Amino acid sequence: MFENLDLTKLIFGRLTWDAIPFHDPIILATFAVVAVGGVAMLAALTRYKLWGYLWTEWFTSIDHKKIGIMYIILGLVMLLRGFADAIMMRLQQAMAFGDNMGYLPPDHYDQIFTAHGVIMIFFVAMPLVTGIMNYLIPLQIGTRDVAFPFLNNFSFWMTAGGAALMMMSLFVGEFAKTGWLAYPPLSGILQSPGVGVDYYIWSLQIAGVGTLLSGINLLVTIVKMRAPGMSLMKMPVFTWTSLCTNVLIVAAFPVLTAVLGMLTMDRYLGTAFFTNDMGGNAMMYVNLIWIWGHPEVYILILPVFGIFSEIVATYSRKPLFGYTSMVYATVVITVLSYLVWLHHFFTMGSGASVNSFFGITTMIISIPTGAKIFNWLFTMFRGRIKFDVPMLWTVGFMVTFVIGGMTGVLLAVPPVDFVLHNSLFLIAHFHNVIIGGVLFGLFAGITYWFPKATGYKLDEFWGKMSFWFWLIGFYFAFMPLYVLGLMGVTRRVSHFEDQSLQIWFQIAAFGAVLIAVGIAAFVIQLVVSFKRREALKDETGDPWDGRTLEWSTSSPPPPYNFAFTPRVHDLDAWWQMKQHGFKRPESGFIPIHMPKGTWAGVVLSAISVACGFALIWHMWLAAAVTFVALIGTAIYHTFNYDRDYYIPAEEVERIEAERTKVLANV
Amino acid sequence: MSEATMTADGKTQDGQLEFLVKGDHHPQNGTLLGFWLYLMSDCLIFAALFATYGVLARSYAGGPTGMEVFDLTLVAINTSMLLLSSITYGFAMLEMQANRLKGTLIWLGITGLLGAGFLAVELYEFYHLIHIGATPQTSGFLTAFFALVGTHGLHVLFGIVWLVTLLFQLKKHGLIPANKRRVFCLSMFWHFLDVVWVGVFTFVYLMGVLP
Repeated sequence: MFENLDLTKLIFGRLTWDAIPFHDPIILATFAVVAVGGVAMLAALTRYKLWGYLWTEWFTSIDHKKIGIMYIILGLVMLLRGFADAIMMRLQQAMAFGDNMGYLPPDHYDQIFTAHGVIMIFFVAMPLVTGIMNYLIPLQIGTRDVAFPFLNNFSFWMTAGGAALMMMSLFVGEFAKTGWLAYPPLSGILQSPGVGVDYYIWSLQIAGVGTLLSGINLLVTIVKMRAPGMSLMKMPVFTWTSLCTNVLIVAAFPVLTAVLGMLTMDRYLGTAFFTNDMGGNAMMYVNLIWIWGHPEVYILILPVFGIFSEIVATYSRKPLFGYTSMVYATVVITVLSYLVWLHHFFTMGSGASVNSFFGITTMIISIPTGAKIFNWLFTMFRGRIKFDVPMLWTVGFMVTFVIGGMTGVLLAVPPVDFVLHNSLFLIAHFHNVIIGGVLFGLFAGITYWFPKATGYKLDEFWGKMSFWFWLIGFYFAFMPLYVLGLMGVTRRVSHFEDQSLQIWFQIAAFGAVLIAVGIAAFVIQLVVSFKRREALKDETGDPWDGRTLEWSTSSPPPPYNFAFTPRVHDLDAWWQMKQHGFKRPESGFIPIHMPKGTWAGVVLSAISVACGFALIWHMWLAAAVTFVALIGTAIYHTFNYDRDYYIPAEEVERIEAERTKVLANV
Repeated sequence: MSEATMTADGKTQDGQLEFLVKGDHHPQNGTLLGFWLYLMSDCLIFAALFATYGVLARSYAGGPTGMEVFDLTLVAINTSMLLLSSITYGFAMLEMQANRLKGTLIWLGITGLLGAGFLAVELYEFYHLIHIGATPQTSGFLTAFFALVGTHGLHVLFGIVWLVTLLFQLKKHGLIPANKRRVFCLSMFWHFLDVVWVGVFTFVYLMGVLP
């Protein structure tokens, strides 16, 4: 049986030189830029001898704060890639009318809209949300790390590994041309025989492992590790919304894993889950993926609601209005998010009664969301509002999100959905809630907690520039899509005949340019703030006169977060401490028990990426070897029992004495 | 201020609020809760596979039906081995509670053997099915069947690998708290697979042979 064995095929699978897109000048230019930039960065790291520092202080670190920051950096880098896709699409659609075919062939355009969706959801919004949760939850609940510090590091690297695999598809082979949820039969082996869908599957599976484990980790952290006295109803709102989000992650991501696994079997083994023939059922895929997909949008928005709640209370200098109702609204949204998935495909033909049920549950879910909006408004009412940058994002969110919410309720009416289904109206709607909600919230949160993580504030001017360009750019970019959608223009189209539509696409492209300026302003803001860090320095650890425990420690916090575990009596614990004239202890420190860093996360993730790459290209030998290596390394790691150490009391005393000195000068 | 002089509501004796826990504070260990949550997420993977099977169970596409291919005798042997292995795991846990390393190892070993027996029978069943032409590619029904039962089988395989690893670790370090926690987690995993199998047995095999 071995005479037919083709060694090249066994080693390289279907990977040949044809996989490198030499014929496409756009990709080649991108590759050149990335390669030059990458080599320059590696050279700089080597030149300044930063490899050891990065490895010991960051890559192998199990400190939740550093992992959180790495997640946020990953999200911001991927935002640039995702936005590059967006502006390419806007440009194409603004040009491609009549005889002008634009500059992107349909084949490439399809990859771009798929990659844009996948990147923005999985590798921008998710890492940013997870990063902020990772950074803040232990600080807000007054503990020293998450429940499973190694798992946290591993989760980050799996997410980063998924992103890396996804980025490889740009230069080696192709990405899926199926849209971001890869519906079969289009994503099946008959219609998509190339490697695109396989890149999609394996990058999401690898990143999905990270997301699920991080969900379990943060959930256990919140349930088990709160400071003494912090009962559930004394938790900061952000921690509450994070709790609900992590419940959703644990309860939704396994379904994604399962459904992608089934699609994998259809593609690799020729099974009949979602095929047109042999008794398969493609609509089952659509059902299953939206059972994950709908909770996913709440996974993104709930933590952001928490961010806004913290910011509104702080900058209005009032306790949050209706804390209890806020918590209940969050929990109700969590539950209801599982009862609405079918509104993503009313046109499937489930019949009037099923569609009515899901239409009504969809409308009901807007009630707790509306309650939240009123809570924020009432918090601001008669507050002493300071319109700092985070507050600007918050107000921008409240206006924009309400518009997006209302168009969502319109789409929840099944007969309306039959008209607007798959149109640009839908595109405008979900960008309205995701940009106006999730993204604005993430920028607000990054600005708000930036001084906590770095010890200096972000530059105000460039922050405001970024906000206004984003806000105005958003309206220019997406309001025309509502109009176009109502005129019947469908999504994912790369060329149009009707010249009268062109002006709307040109306005949208102009909006995208404004957003580009907003993003640039954000990057400039980071650079300018870093340069002016002495002037922007915050030594108090509490620059905004905050209310929750993260502001009670130094900025950036010491590795152990709190020299002594806080004891909580009230909802706004730090506010109450300040009201009672709390004095920092300056002596009597004790050794602190901390987890040790480990290489295992980086290595396991690297092997996973190699295994994923081998599977994508059908390199069966490499796939088998890396899979065995993966299991072997994981088992080897379990033989390491030496996972913690004590920070000696003298070290704690030294760090705290330094802080005492700094505080005396404030 | 030591813990002893503080009242239960976190106030000092003169009624002032105390804002710090002086002394060493260790939060509760969350491993068992975390592992249980992982099991529930795994349970959802099975839920998706069961639901898929529910949808495709009658999609024979001209291929064989469950009544034609399922051999209940084989499944009965299989089921009894797996259920028995849960009992023997229970004995291992009892030995561990009594701090008897040797007994723990022996019962864990027996559990692993029963698990391997289960896998062997399952592999034979798969081999037989593929041999008579009832492959996963034949119909939606067989696709869903192989996926559900096969996923369970993979879990059992993973459990056995874990069990063997744990035997080495127990030998090396004895019944230290970290190892006890691991044995406990594997116990939850093993019983969980048993519960899932009860579902598979009922839903796939027993209902599958109904006309």
